[in-house]
Amino acid sequence: MNARWLNLVGLGLVGAVGIAFLVLVPRVFELDVVLELTVYMIMAILALSLALIWGYGGILCFGQSAFFGLGAYTYAIAMFNVGESTLPLLLAVIVPAAFAALLGYFMFYGRISDVYLGVITLTVTLILFNSVNSTAGPEFHIGSARLGGFNGIPGIPPLNFPGNKAAPIDLEGMFYLATAALLATYFGLRLLLASRFGRIIVGIRENERRAELLGYDPRAYKLATFTIGGALAGFAGCLFANWGNFVSPTIFGLAQSAQIIIWVIVGGRGTLIGPIVGCIGIQWLTTALGANQPSGGSDLWAKIFANAPLIFGIILIAFVLLVPKGLVPTLGDIGQSLLASRGKGAKRLQPKRAEES
Amino acid sequence: MDLVALLTIQVLYAIASLALISVGLAIIFGMMRVINLAHGEFLMLGGYAAIVATNHGTSIWIAMLVVAPIVVGLIGVIVERTIIRFLYGRMIDTMLATWGLSLFLVGLTTAIFGNTTVGISAPLGSFQIGAYRTSVYTLFVIAVAVVVLAAIFALMRWTRLGLIARGTMQNANMAAALGVNPSRVYAITFGVGAALSGLAGAVLAPVSGVFPTIGVAYVAKSFITVIGGGAAILSGTVSASALFGTINQIATFVTTPVFGEVTLLAAAIVLIRLLPQGITGRFFRRGL
Repeated sequence: MNARWLNLVGLGLVGAVGIAFLVLVPRVFELDVVLELTVYMIMAILALSLALIWGYGGILCFGQSAFFGLGAYTYAIAMFNVGESTLPLLLAVIVPAAFAALLGYFMFYGRISDVYLGVITLTVTLILFNSVNSTAGPEFHIGSARLGGFNGIPGIPPLNFPGNKAAPIDLEGMFYLATAALLATYFGLRLLLASRFGRIIVGIRENERRAELLGYDPRAYKLATFTIGGALAGFAGCLFANWGNFVSPTIFGLAQSAQIIIWVIVGGRGTLIGPIVGCIGIQWLTTALGANQPSGGSDLWAKIFANAPLIFGIILIAFVLLVPKGLVPTLGDIGQSLLASRGKGAKRLQPKRAEES
Repeated sequence: MDLVALLTIQVLYAIASLALISVGLAIIFGMMRVINLAHGEFLMLGGYAAIVATNHGTSIWIAMLVVAPIVVGLIGVIVERTIIRFLYGRMIDTMLATWGLSLFLVGLTTAIFGNTTVGISAPLGSFQIGAYRTSVYTLFVIAVAVVVLAAIFALMRWTRLGLIARGTMQNANMAAALGVNPSRVYAITFGVGAALSGLAGAVLAPVSGVFPTIGVAYVAKSFITVIGGGAAILSGTVSASALFGTINQIATFVTTPVFGEVTLLAAAIVLIRLLPQGITGRFFRRGL
């Protein structure tokens, strides 16, 4: 029973659960539940994008929502201009990735420290929010797509089967697509992290100076990681624009960025499954809180419990102070120490390695 | 000519308000290396404190200049004792925890005051420059900024407290070995930084109004001012405010206020790329 074996079992388990989920959900649940679960899957892809760049790359990006929003807006704008979804989908990945690369060039080649990096990404998110928010007038348009400012862009056409404009993907199809995309992202990232590239970025996270002295250029590797993260977030944004047929500037907002960070920190940095769990858990909590919205009552407690920022704030503070590693690694540690104390003569499990979730 | 005078006042006002909203953050960041992402919410609380006090019959001047700093300063000390002090040396975690605090405070004020803008009208009326009218309150904000910066300079330069604070900032272990209690210095510093933020929020409240999410409008601007300024608290804040305030106001004058802010933020990113250590990392190195 060594770490490698556990790793394989974990992978198999995730695959089996994922495929069972993919096949069973639309058969068991009503359409409204399926719709709800679709957005969970989309957000989980977004969570994975930050899990890669923060959890493995060690780059704390406060502005992951910038790439998410950029992906959503790019898709919407391109869709109104093109009408067939293959090119918009590609653009929704390429534009955020290019933007991430440009921003990353400024930050990594400027050798800005972690903390400033957080502030710059935050600032960029606010720039996007402010600029898009102020484009309400009819004079702001790209091609035939009006930007809509704070009103957002409604009625975005859905994705269609590649090359066939007349065959849009229906709601159930969106669920299959989002879930399959999440599984593909998860396994793709596992592969990436098991590769030479993945090991180098984890090495840089652990000790940047040492990696540099060993001959790796941390700037280039960080830039690549950041760009991949941006592309993934943009892809999630494209799916999100599809899901609601609507985007508005709040997608760039700080609340959105905060949520992504909370998913990762609750689930656990340095794992991939953790942020997925954190994302789905928090999303579920948001929905549950939203359902308890008081109907105009003046009861302060009811207001507080229906108040998502307040609850998120408490969760974030509590996790940073009390469970800084996040749920999945903490549970893993507890499980390991239980196992170790059970079997007396049994060989202690190898310590969890950072790149294994 | 009148236009030039008006524009000069506007630029000075932009610089003064930037310096005001940033200086509390600069003190907390410069002395404690703590990134306080709840800074915008401290400003917001200052605004609410002033408005609530005014509505309860306090004179607006006392509400802004006395009540708001005291209330927010106390909140700052409580925050330092309950959250920040467990996280010294863990910069990223402090950022995350204070972001949590920021969300919490936004949620709390929304629950208490509702999601609407409240305001107090700016006192002092307006005056005439040739063909233009501008508010006297603008001049008051500039004056407050000058007084606050001068007071901080005097405090840091000539008092024992300032000496201890500077010593702890340079080398906390050495200061501790010489009999200073760093934990107390940190609590006081955080309180002072929070109090200054409260003051700034209150002084700007009549201009901008107050609503629970107003902190977002402040936080990015104050962060880039502090980071653009670099290590030295006062000269950094002043030089970065002067640069960014001028850029912001001129861009606003040429285009719209929103694009003025966008230009400001974009200029800041370029500046940080060119001078990663901030302005005082390259110039005015010996400043306070």
